[in-house]
Amino acid sequence: MSSRPEVQAPPEIFYNDVEARKYTSSSRIMEIQAKLSERALELLALPDDGVPRLLLDIGCGSGLSGETLSENGHQWFGLDISQSMLDVALEREVEGDLLLSDMGQGLGLRPGVMDGAISISAVQWLCNADRTSHDPRLRLKAFFGSLYRCLARGARAVFQLYPENLAQRELILSFAMRAGFAGGMVVDFPHSTKRRKEYLVLTCGPPSISTSVPKGKGEDGESCSEDESSDDEAEQTVCISDRHRPRKKQKLTKKGKGREWILRKKEQKRRRGDEVPLDTKYTARKRKPRF
Amino acid sequence: MRLLTHNMLSSNIKGVANGFPLRIEVEKVVEKKVDLNADFLRNIFPKIEWKAFAEAARTLGYAELPEDADSSFLDSDDFLDKFHHALLELHLEEGALICPETGRRFPVNKGIPNMLLHEDEV
Ligand SMILES: C[S@@+](CC[C@H](N)C(=O)[O-])C[C@H]1O[C@@H](n2cnc3c(N)ncnc32)[C@H](O)[C@@H]1O
Repeated sequence: MSSRPEVQAPPEIFYNDVEARKYTSSSRIMEIQAKLSERALELLALPDDGVPRLLLDIGCGSGLSGETLSENGHQWFGLDISQSMLDVALEREVEGDLLLSDMGQGLGLRPGVMDGAISISAVQWLCNADRTSHDPRLRLKAFFGSLYRCLARGARAVFQLYPENLAQRELILSFAMRAGFAGGMVVDFPHSTKRRKEYLVLTCGPPSISTSVPKGKGEDGESCSEDESSDDEAEQTVCISDRHRPRKKQKLTKKGKGREWILRKKEQKRRRGDEVPLDTKYTARKRKPRF
Repeated sequence: MRLLTHNMLSSNIKGVANGFPLRIEVEKVVEKKVDLNADFLRNIFPKIEWKAFAEAARTLGYAELPEDADSSFLDSDDFLDKFHHALLELHLEEGALICPETGRRFPVNKGIPNMLLHEDEV
């Protein structure tokens, strides 16, 4: 299996002219993206009144996901960080408007104007630090904060995503919740490695019936991922993959207890209101063997 | 980019308090006919900042919109036609969007505004 695109290069480099064309001329990819988009639109749960809504497509790429929105009669505009992907979208004459924009810088949109947002196979990219100036946490915060503001009250945002591991999923989810969203993960076909698909379903505004998370497909009555016990967490290696470090190195922290892991645990405890020692340069530092 | 999108955009440069509306610099406008959907127009109307919209339409060379509008206008077919045309059929193809507070220019090429911020603007 080829390695994840997210760890190969920053998105605007990975999705260059060649890759953008390859991506959009594969009938297999087109079919998959259309299916994911259909499902995301379904999870948006827009009122069933035939009125076209104004939707946002985050990481719209060459417009495969947006096309599904158009086919369902909606108006949309999309943003993407890759000019090459947007160029292909232009060639394909998608109906939505396109913006060259980095979601990690926050969305420059007026408050309360969007009826909904979808994002297909894109948000996991935010967990990478592609430049020294990038802090994934700050970028996730800017992104979800600005998304929350631009959505109308009660509107939903649905993200189909490919988290690299449990920790990454948790990271994304926690920043969404901190921004004020209600919701959680919907996992379709959780028992199938091939068909398993994850959607983060978020609702803007205080919890209500409309904010409860719908069921995943093919769940067989078993609860989905939401409450996976946190014991496996220790097994998780990194929550933020930093491409500047060789992948091998990251694996070295296999049993988990690296500085990042400890900082994250401390942060979690702090959020719960527990007393936690300050983070200092001594935090998680290796002790001398004679200690 | 259509005026629908322009009406939702706002400059999010660090420190900018009111980034709306982005001023428009026009080099080229194109028109593309699309079907009118009155339900959509009625649904989106309350979200449109009308003054900025009418002003933007004038900048693109379309001066048929009233200065002010309230929801009672939506009963008029003539109004809906004009609203539809300005909102969805006029495209800023080449030009720029300008942050009203800082004067920062966001170029528009092939209809795509480049909204990427420099590092010191985030
Ligand atoms: C797998 S493609 C999916 C494209 C489209 N949604 C679809 O379903 O075909 C992921 C897209 O996310 C975009 N992307 C990644 N990071 C981004 C960022 N920080 N801001 C905006 N777009 C980003 C990439 O450029 C790429 O076009």
